[in-house]
Amino acid sequence: MTLQECYEALGGDYEDVLGRLRSEQLVKKFVLKFLDDGSYNSLYVSFDQKDYNEAFRAAHTIKGMCQNLSFTKLQESSSLLTEALRDGYNPEADSLMEQVTEDYQRAIDAIHSFQSEIEE
Amino acid sequence: MRKQKILIVDDSEMNRSILADMLGKEYEIIEAEDGIEAVTILKKQESEISLVLLDVVMPRMDGFEVLEVMNQSNWIENIPVIMISAENGSAQIQKAYDLGVVDFITRPFDALIVHRRVVNTILLYAKQQKLIEMVADQIYESEQRKTMMIDILSHIVEFRNGESGVHILHVRILTELFLKHLAEQTEEYHISPEEISLISTASALHDIGKISIDDKILNKPGKLTPEEFEIMKGHSLAGAEILENLQFYQQEPLVKTAYEICRWHHERYDGRGYPDGLAGDDIPISAQIVALADVYDALTSDRVYKKAFSHETAIEMIMDGKCGVFNPLLLECLSDVADTLKTELSNGLSGSVNQREIWNTTQEMLYNEELIVSERSLRLLDYERMKYNFFASMADEIQFEYTPSPPMLTLSGLDAQKLGMDEVVMDPSNNEDVMRILGRDAWKKICDLLHNTSPAYPIVKYECKLHYNGQERWYRIITRAIWSESEPPEFSGAIGKAVDIHDSQTKMEELEQRAAHDGLTGLLNQAYAKERILGRMAENPGGSFALVICDLDHFKSANDNYGHHFGDCVLKHIASKLCQNTREDDIVARVGGDEFLVLLEYTDEIEPVIQRIFDSLTGTYEEFPISISMGVAQADVVGFSYDVLFHAADQALYAAKRNGRKQYRFYDASMQDMFSAISSIDSDKNGEI
Repeated sequence: MTLQECYEALGGDYEDVLGRLRSEQLVKKFVLKFLDDGSYNSLYVSFDQKDYNEAFRAAHTIKGMCQNLSFTKLQESSSLLTEALRDGYNPEADSLMEQVTEDYQRAIDAIHSFQSEIEE
Repeated sequence: MRKQKILIVDDSEMNRSILADMLGKEYEIIEAEDGIEAVTILKKQESEISLVLLDVVMPRMDGFEVLEVMNQSNWIENIPVIMISAENGSAQIQKAYDLGVVDFITRPFDALIVHRRVVNTILLYAKQQKLIEMVADQIYESEQRKTMMIDILSHIVEFRNGESGVHILHVRILTELFLKHLAEQTEEYHISPEEISLISTASALHDIGKISIDDKILNKPGKLTPEEFEIMKGHSLAGAEILENLQFYQQEPLVKTAYEICRWHHERYDGRGYPDGLAGDDIPISAQIVALADVYDALTSDRVYKKAFSHETAIEMIMDGKCGVFNPLLLECLSDVADTLKTELSNGLSGSVNQREIWNTTQEMLYNEELIVSERSLRLLDYERMKYNFFASMADEIQFEYTPSPPMLTLSGLDAQKLGMDEVVMDPSNNEDVMRILGRDAWKKICDLLHNTSPAYPIVKYECKLHYNGQERWYRIITRAIWSESEPPEFSGAIGKAVDIHDSQTKMEELEQRAAHDGLTGLLNQAYAKERILGRMAENPGGSFALVICDLDHFKSANDNYGHHFGDCVLKHIASKLCQNTREDDIVARVGGDEFLVLLEYTDEIEPVIQRIFDSLTGTYEEFPISISMGVAQADVVGFSYDVLFHAADQALYAAKRNGRKQYRFYDASMQDMFSAISSIDSDKNGEI
């Protein structure tokens, strides 16, 4: 799987990210780094504990990273979730949380398979 | 060239790292993961940071709060901030501009744009700095021209002397070096930066008196005869006279300082110098320092009459007192800076002369021109801060700043370390460390006091214990509220210090304890007992109180037959019996030679209590029979007043004595016209009633 195919699999915009970061090496480095980021975990835990302030921040962070990496799909859902949590809890947040979880999982799966191939 | 530093503040490690990758080749990157970390870094490295990239949404302290702190501390004037933002709300952007943000970069980051914005901003600021430095340099040049004139004048003297001309330069550098070091070591001589510059400039004139000395003596290669030496010694007075006879400039600090130096730079600390034989600190510090610089440079230079000694030999000779006697503080100074002397001298005039004065002047100009602060004034600020921190660290006090929005308490690094807390504490009223060290009540009290001050009377003093390092110590907190200029004024923070008063406070408590107690028995004394009784009765008005006065019968015979020491032992014995047989809440005092007072609060029957006390006191001590008379007055019988109670108990005691002693009596109305037992004690001791 190439980096470009990985982007297709997770619903991202490879042309866009390459245009901004200007080096395939850099894009690869940060895409792999995404695996180590704890923001989703923090979002999951705080959402579960109804700490919506913290959940807002975590969603906001995910959104920011996705913008930088051009992970379009996850960026859209995390952006909606961020807005839903901006002023505390909003009933829409529950379904959005599910959407973010799904998109996040998809991104992680894609990056994992990309990673396993380049390590071979 | 050293890389410029950029501070990246973002809670997402990935975002920081993307930015760092985009900029890391040309700049040194410092990272902070939230506002508090950013403020802590800025506090320490303010003058080194060329740019801040600041995220908005962060835990603990967000970007806007960081901007507020940067405004309060005036950092925003010197450090450009570019805001990182994914939000595009125009209200937020307006707010950010109002708080001094220079530019924005939005997510997603584009390497070219980020790079361009950062470079532009840094260049823009650098250009301004450059302009400022150019202005500073111009002033510096004109200052230097003045110094040059003085140097040329002084050099004429040296030229006659056949010396190289570097002597006055050396003396000036050494003088400045010693003065700076001395000012760091002690406050004794009140040496300000201005004075350092003044004295080092004036030092060039120290030998102008030599103009009046005959060439033949001045340049004689061999040893001078005593007569010649006397003439040579005249140069210090001659120099002073030249300055004294100036038609103008008599009031100029430079002339006054030069006069001191000319006249007294050959005095000795032990009073055996010339021309006036001044001793110790009667010799102005300016002259003392120039004398030392003069001697050192003379030793290490070739002269018509001698070869140069090495640096090491010269230091040794001065230290051993072979070249005059100097202030021990100055010798310490010399030995402290000995290692740097050589390099400083070979660097020559490093451009440090008068620099500080120039910074001051430049700063004034800058403010008038409404430009931002220069690199030089930043250095000056750093110097002031270092000086301030140094003195603060010696003063054994803890200094702090507080702002209510964002709620933040700031301490110096050393103080924070001492107390075991963070330098920057957000939301201190909910901070564990603050509550542990100061306590919630004290915190609240101080906050209330501060809020209740006014711009005219903003100072609050409060004494309390601080708990740290497993100990508690008394501190006096002196803090000043800061009120805004607006109408009505708003509380916008406080600065203050906590001074350790533990030792004096403990001493005070000890003195109070001593003043309140009887030295022999350790019981309260009468005055203090009265205070306690009044307090106790006020706490429980309407309670059942009884006041008892006990008197030893025939105590005089104990003293007479067994000596006063034995008498004292009997009194101590009675005191301890009284303590054993009363409750902790009862008040027991010694109110006269052999009278004791007890205040009891009771609920049931009082008589059994009195009987028990009476029985416990009566008996023998070392085979000496102890007999006691007691008078008791009850508040619900005689009235709820200390004086009335005391008087009634006294009368009851008189009744007991009259009735044959060795008994207790309760006050009743029949005793109304009785005498006082206490006032007739003396007659009791001299004989029978």
